Parts: sequence; structure tokens; C-alpha cells
Amino acid sequence: MELNTLTGHRLIELLDKKDISPIDICNNIINKIEKTENSLNALAHFDKEVSLERCRNIAKGAKKGALWGMPVFIKDNICVKDELTTCSSKILKGFKPPYNATVIEKLAGLDAVLMGKTNMDEFAFGSSTETSCYGPTRNPWDLNRIPGGSSGGSAAAVSADEAIFSLGSDTGGSIRQPAGVCGVVGLKPTYGRVSRYGLIAFASSLDQIGPITKDVEDAAILLKAISGRDEMDSTSANIPVSDYVSGIKKDIKGLRLGIPKEYFVEGMDEEVKNSIKSAIEKLEKMGAICEDTSLPHTEYAVSVYYLVATAEASSNLARFDGVQYGLRAENIKSMMDMYKKTRKEGFGDEAKRRIILGTFGLSSGYYDAYYLKALKVRTLIKRDFEEAFKKFDAIITPTSPTAAFKIGEKTSDPLTMYLSDIFTISANLAGIPGISIPCGFTKNNLPIGLQILGKHFDEEMILRIAYNYEQSTDWHKRKPKL
Amino acid sequence: MSYETVIGLEVHLQLNTKSKVFCGCSADFGSAPNTQVCPVCLGFPGSLPVLNRRALELGAKVAIALNCRIAKKIRFDRKNYFYPDLPKGYQISQFDQPLSQHGSLAIVSGETEKKVRIRRVHLEEDTGKLFHQNDYSLIDFNRSGIPLLEIVSEPDINSPEEAYLYLTALKSILEYLDVSDCNMEEGSLRCDANISLRKKGGKKLGVKTEIKNMNSFKGVKSALEYEGRRQADLLENGERIIQETRLYDAEKGVTEPMRSKEEAHDYRYFPEPDLAPFDFEENFLKAIEKDMPELPEPKKNRFIKDYQLSNYDAAIMASDKSVADYFEKCAALYDNPKIVANWLMGDVSAYMKDNNILIKDLNLKPDQLSGMLKMIDSGVITGKVAKALLIEIIQTGRAPEKLVKEKGLEQISDVNLLETAISQAISENPKSVEDFKGGKDNAVMFLMGKVMQKTKGRANPNKVNEMLREKLKGAK
Repeated sequence: MELNTLTGHRLIELLDKKDISPIDICNNIINKIEKTENSLNALAHFDKEVSLERCRNIAKGAKKGALWGMPVFIKDNICVKDELTTCSSKILKGFKPPYNATVIEKLAGLDAVLMGKTNMDEFAFGSSTETSCYGPTRNPWDLNRIPGGSSGGSAAAVSADEAIFSLGSDTGGSIRQPAGVCGVVGLKPTYGRVSRYGLIAFASSLDQIGPITKDVEDAAILLKAISGRDEMDSTSANIPVSDYVSGIKKDIKGLRLGIPKEYFVEGMDEEVKNSIKSAIEKLEKMGAICEDTSLPHTEYAVSVYYLVATAEASSNLARFDGVQYGLRAENIKSMMDMYKKTRKEGFGDEAKRRIILGTFGLSSGYYDAYYLKALKVRTLIKRDFEEAFKKFDAIITPTSPTAAFKIGEKTSDPLTMYLSDIFTISANLAGIPGISIPCGFTKNNLPIGLQILGKHFDEEMILRIAYNYEQSTDWHKRKPKL
Repeated sequence: MSYETVIGLEVHLQLNTKSKVFCGCSADFGSAPNTQVCPVCLGFPGSLPVLNRRALELGAKVAIALNCRIAKKIRFDRKNYFYPDLPKGYQISQFDQPLSQHGSLAIVSGETEKKVRIRRVHLEEDTGKLFHQNDYSLIDFNRSGIPLLEIVSEPDINSPEEAYLYLTALKSILEYLDVSDCNMEEGSLRCDANISLRKKGGKKLGVKTEIKNMNSFKGVKSALEYEGRRQADLLENGERIIQETRLYDAEKGVTEPMRSKEEAHDYRYFPEPDLAPFDFEENFLKAIEKDMPELPEPKKNRFIKDYQLSNYDAAIMASDKSVADYFEKCAALYDNPKIVANWLMGDVSAYMKDNNILIKDLNLKPDQLSGMLKMIDSGVITGKVAKALLIEIIQTGRAPEKLVKEKGLEQISDVNLLETAISQAISENPKSVEDFKGGKDNAVMFLMGKVMQKTKGRANPNKVNEMLREKLKGAK
């Protein structure tokens, strides 16, 4: 029995029919982890005894919650009470939060089994999971390549069938891009759709927690489970949660899909370009109307992001000072010494780079020219989408300019690394939802991702388009050979 | 060289909400350390702030009372700096869109009234409290997240005395609104001052110094007196004032420069992304305005109009809400408010001072006071007896009418009864008789005093005066 290779919705069916038990699923997952985790390094914290114990406790009771007995892996920047939550950073070494993130409370309330924490770029700073203090995670399709980032651990685990359901977080593409390069489904909800309470903040106005799963239906199930207004998060929206699962099966005849010309640039990877083109043709065959459009301020998105996000990050990371929790450096001689040594030792290079950049952009004399200006351009980027959505139901783009690159290939040039997010970043700036689904493979058998962007709170639409496309292809059924 | 003193005051006020400004922890004072904390006010990773509506309400009340314009849109900003008592590494405050701006506070000195402009009133969170030991420090985060209201004046204050008046006027309003304990010693009201000098008549502001660590209103006044002198001395000697922060040392009575290098702070203010800006709901604001109590100024004016009190008396009666309410209760039971005010400002006030109590603890009901006053009016007792009777009433809690009867305190107006005492007084004090005959009219007062002694203050003073003069005129 290889239950770990099945989708979540299939397993739920089997559990409902009592053909299997939660322990069966848990055991299969543990088996797979024991086989592949050494090569993958997708998990930051995993204790099989603890997971089994959790599973047994839930399996004891009768089925109640919608996710009863279903295993979920959680990105290491989401607080799980009394469990190691370290954002893959030395500075949070040994940190066990005294409380659960709201999404964890919700999952526990639905009787899901919390299995463990997945690896990530330190504090979500990265597109390759190479900045983790636990070492890089590898792409199951090619162990010499990156799984994307920052939710690389979650994407790799799902892709390798070490996980069924997983949560990631997305600030500039950190769910969608790894999903894209690992051949799985990743959805970033509308800003405010899912509570951020308990998500260790990177950029407060951009972060969202979202599902990384094997197929679109699973993403819909998980999205429904974690969405909703939270009194603990003032930025969460008071908008009712749709039944995302029932909506996906409607057809897409007559839907208008925009193809922004700025996302098909000179010199972009030919294989990616062709994959996307084929996908568009497929969508048209299914009755959608695809038309060119323009998002004129796209070229500024990366600059805006690296000013806004780093500014907020520099402030959000100020609390890591050695005073109350996490690392406190040894041999400290004074208060200043404690701050300096702790942060010097605890933060990796990319974290330091972004803190410095963010601090600079906010500093006296530079605030107007950098941060304030970036906020203004952000509004223009948001307006581009609002304008486009007057005419279109959704926007179709590639998820990344290339398939997975080699480990170590871009680490020496941060700017090149930053450009991996070029297609995903705008959605965070505008607050709109986006999903990445597999749409092909390179000749090296590396996954290519298709991104569908929708209007604010219109996750139903992008799930529906994604589902229809997915079901008309076989990409989601292919598995890496590990 | 004649200098003009220019002072601006910055007051931080802890609001007396039940819970903290961005989380549900209790805001009670005096609990064991770190027992009123949660992930939010401890700045734990992943925690988020949620605004306490009541804090906003109380802040708006103060802003309205200070004649400020309330902002239509409420927005918070992060003030970033590193210090162990600031767990997030930033304070949630308000920078360029504060709760309210452009108000004023009237200060009265004798007959002159002056309006001090209020630059802004805004809402922010308090920090934890540090306790320094020899080679380590402890932090209590109970105070972290307590709602603070920052009230900043324009530099319209021109003397340490005016600064004192400003603080007392402010405290009076704040107590009326019941928004804070307003206790400088406990830390619920903190004050920093900025002071500079300029040549009399000059328009440009001089170099200012910031003074901190003053723990009482008097301390503020003393600190500013010292600093004003210090600056004047420097200027007289042709030296320049260094712009710096100085700490007041109450024991030595001096200000000294702060040693730590906290000057160069770039707070890198930016809008708080965890708290979405929102419109101050019109209905909410209207409800707050409707709920405002009558404030000291309007109450004073009403006392002048309705009770014909003098400006001075009305000001005193109106300055404390408990006293004002008490006064009005008495005035409702007795037809001469001026007399009520006199007694409250005189004997009652003296009693409260001597016994270190507030009017809310005073064991004298308005109907007891008015009852006593009526007995004076109707001649049942003398004014002198009333003074002692007042204390009796307070100490026993018994009705004045009963006490007068039991202790036989009735006024003596009977001529026959007075005759004896008067004759005695005259015969015992021949010199006074001589003095009177010699033209010293106040000999009568002396003799009156003797008669009062003999009658234990019960003699009707007018009658005694009349009878004494008659007797003395006729005496040989």
C-alpha cells in the first residue's frame, strides 16, 4: 500500500469508507520519509514518534472534522504551540512558541494530524531554500537542483509524496514558485483571506499562508479549511468563505483570460514559453477566450517589492535581539554587545542583506525617494490589475522565467536570484490571489508552472480555471523518480 | 539683558482602560511582574496587534475636551528603535496622522487668562519597565502595551509657574473625564519639558534643552526654574546653549546632561501595516461627544451665572468634579450658594486638609451642611458654634439638629441671660471700659470675646454688641 502517493481527496474518500485508517496513511508517509528524506532534506523538524502519537490520538475518536486523520506538514515559520518553530534560522534556535497560529487551531479543530515542519529559506528570504540554516532542500525531479523557495520544503515534500497536504507562505512568490518548479499545486490567497496570526512575519502587507498540494481539488479543500476572518488579525477580511471545492467543477466556457505581454519577455526560456503557449491553446479549446493585455508597470514590480518588503522585514526582525527567546550570544559584555553579537551570529547573510536594505530605504533623508516612492508605484501596479480585471476574469502567465536552476547557481548574485520572482511578485503587491499548476516539462524532465491570477477574493475563479486545465492534462499525475 | 522664557510640555498619560491598547491583557496597576502578558504585548514572533476601541474613545474624549480637531482617518505608525523594554523593536504610535491636532487649554493666573495651544494628542503603547541591578537588569512587561495618550503643547508657556498651571488645569480636565489616574508619582502621568530663552521681543526660538525625570508638578516647576537660570547664566556669559536632553535631579535641584548617547535616533517612521487605517465612524464620534461631561470652564461660567458666585469662587468650586457636584447638591438644599461656597472653601476644606481626605471620603452629607446653615440663619446657633458643630457632625455622623439639642448649643438671645455675662465681663475688665471711654472702639470686640467665652460661644453676637455699647455708654 502506498497511500502517501494518493491525493488528499482520495484519502478522505477511503477514510470515509473506512477502507483505511489514519494510522495507515501516517505509516506510509513515515516509510517514504525514511527512504527519501536524507536526499531531500525537505523537513526542518520531524519526529516520527510524536507524529504517530498525534495520529493515534485522533484516530481513537470517530470522524468529526472534515480533515480527520489527514496529515499536514507546516512550513517552519508558522507557530505550532510547544513545537520547534525556527524559520530555518539560527536566531530562533530552540524556540517553541507558547501559542498556535490561527491556521493551526483551525486544522486541529478539523482533526487534521500535524506531522512536522518543513524547511524554508531563512525567514522566507529567498527563492531556492538555499539560505536555510538546516542546509538546502533538493528538488525531487533532480537532486542537484533547487526546489524553489522560500516554501521549498513543503513543495518538495508534496512532490516526493512525503506529504499530502502542506502549508506554505507567500510574500513575493514563495508558494507559487516552488510549486511551479516542483510540479505541484501552490495557491497564494488574496491578502486578508487567511489569518496571519502566528505566521512569523516577513512583510506584513504582503504575507499570506496558503496550500501546497498534489492537485487543485486538494488545494481547494485546504484553502477552505484555513480561510476566514480572525479577530486576532486586524488585516484579515470580513468576507464569507466560499465552498471552494464545489465551485471548481464548473466549466470555463466563455471566460475571458488576459495574457499580459510584459510577462513574455525577450530572451525568456523557450521551453517555458512554449509550454505556456500550449496551455493557452488548451484553455481556448475548452472554451475560454484568451486575449492579449497589458500590465504597464510590471517592470517596476521587483524594485518596488525589494523596497517595501525589506523595509517591513527590517522592522519585523528587530524583535530578534536575544532578550526573551531564541539565540542569545555568549560572552556578552553589555546590552549593545548582546544585540550586536546575537544578531551577527544568528542571522544568515541574506537576512542581513535585506535588513540593511530595508533600514536604508526607511532612513531619514532616503524615506521619500525610496520607501514612499515605492508605495506610490505599488498603487499603480495594483491599478494595472484592477483595470485588466474590468475586462478579464483571470490573467494567465508563466510562474517562473525558467525551470529549476542548479543548487549554488545563483547564490553569488542576489539580484539574479531576485529576478526568479519576477512573475509572482506583482500579485503580492496588488493583494490578488494566484495559483501555480504544472503545465509541462522541460527536455530535462523539469516541471514548468502555469500561473493564474484572479480578482481580490475570487479564489473560486482561479481554482476553477486551474481545475479544468488540470483535468484535461496528465501533468499532475507524473511523479519524480526518487 | 532681558530674556523671555519659552516652554513646551509633552505629557504622556496612561489611560484607565480595562485592557491594554493592542491586546486583551489586563491593564491593572501593581500586579506581580510578568503576570499580565501575552504573545502580543511580549512581542512574540507571529503576534499581531488589535486596537482597543475604548482606548480610542478615551483619547477622543480628551481631544474634544482640549478643543482639538479629531482626524477623520485613524492611522498608526511604527517608531523603530532598539531597547530591551521595547519587545518588538518598535513602538506602535502615530506620526503624521495623529488622533487630533490644533487644540487649546486655558490657564488662569489670578485675573489673567491665557490660552496655551495644543499641537497634537495621539495614541500609542507604553513600554515594559526595566529594573537595573548591579550586573544585570530585569524587565517587567506588565506595562508593555498599556495605552498612552501623548499630549504635546505648542511652546506658548512663558514661565515655570505657567507650566505648573498648565499641568494642574490639564489634570483637572482629565479627572473630570475620568480617563486616567493622573498620578505622576505612580507613573500614570509623565511629563517632559522643552525650554529655551530668547531676547525679549525676539521672534526666533532659542536653542532648547529637553528636561526629563520630573516626578511631580512642583518638580516640573523647580526643574524649569533651575534650567531657565542655567541658560540665562550661559547666555549672559556669551556662551552657547547645547541642544541636549537633561535629567532633573530632585534632590540636588539641578538638571544634568544625560550620559547615554540616545541623541541620534532615526526612528524610521512608516505606516503600521498590521493595523489597517480606518475612518473614525461618525456615529461613534457623535456618541462620544454626547457623553462628554460638563468641563471645568463651562461649569465655572454656569456657576457664575446660576449661583451668582464670583469668578474666583466659581473657579475653585468647579476645579474638582467631586467638589462641584457636592457644591451643587448643597446649593439645591439651601438658598444662599455663596455661603455654601464659603464654608466649603473655608472650614470644610481645612478639615479635609488636616485629615488628609478627599471630599468623596468626607462624612458630611449635603443635607447636614445645609441643615446647619439654616440653623445659623434662623438664629438657633451662632456662627462660632457652627464651626465646632461642623466637626461634631463629621465625627459622629449625627444630624445637626439633634446635636444642638443634646449639647445645649442653642444661641442665647434672652436679655436676662446675657445680662449676667455682660455685667461680669465689664466688671472683670475695667481697663477695657477705660479704653472704650478713651475712644478705642475695638475694646467692645475684646469684651465681646469675653462674653463669648463665658457663654461658650452661644451668645447672640448682635444682641451682645448692642447691650455692651449701651452699658458702656452709660457706665461711669
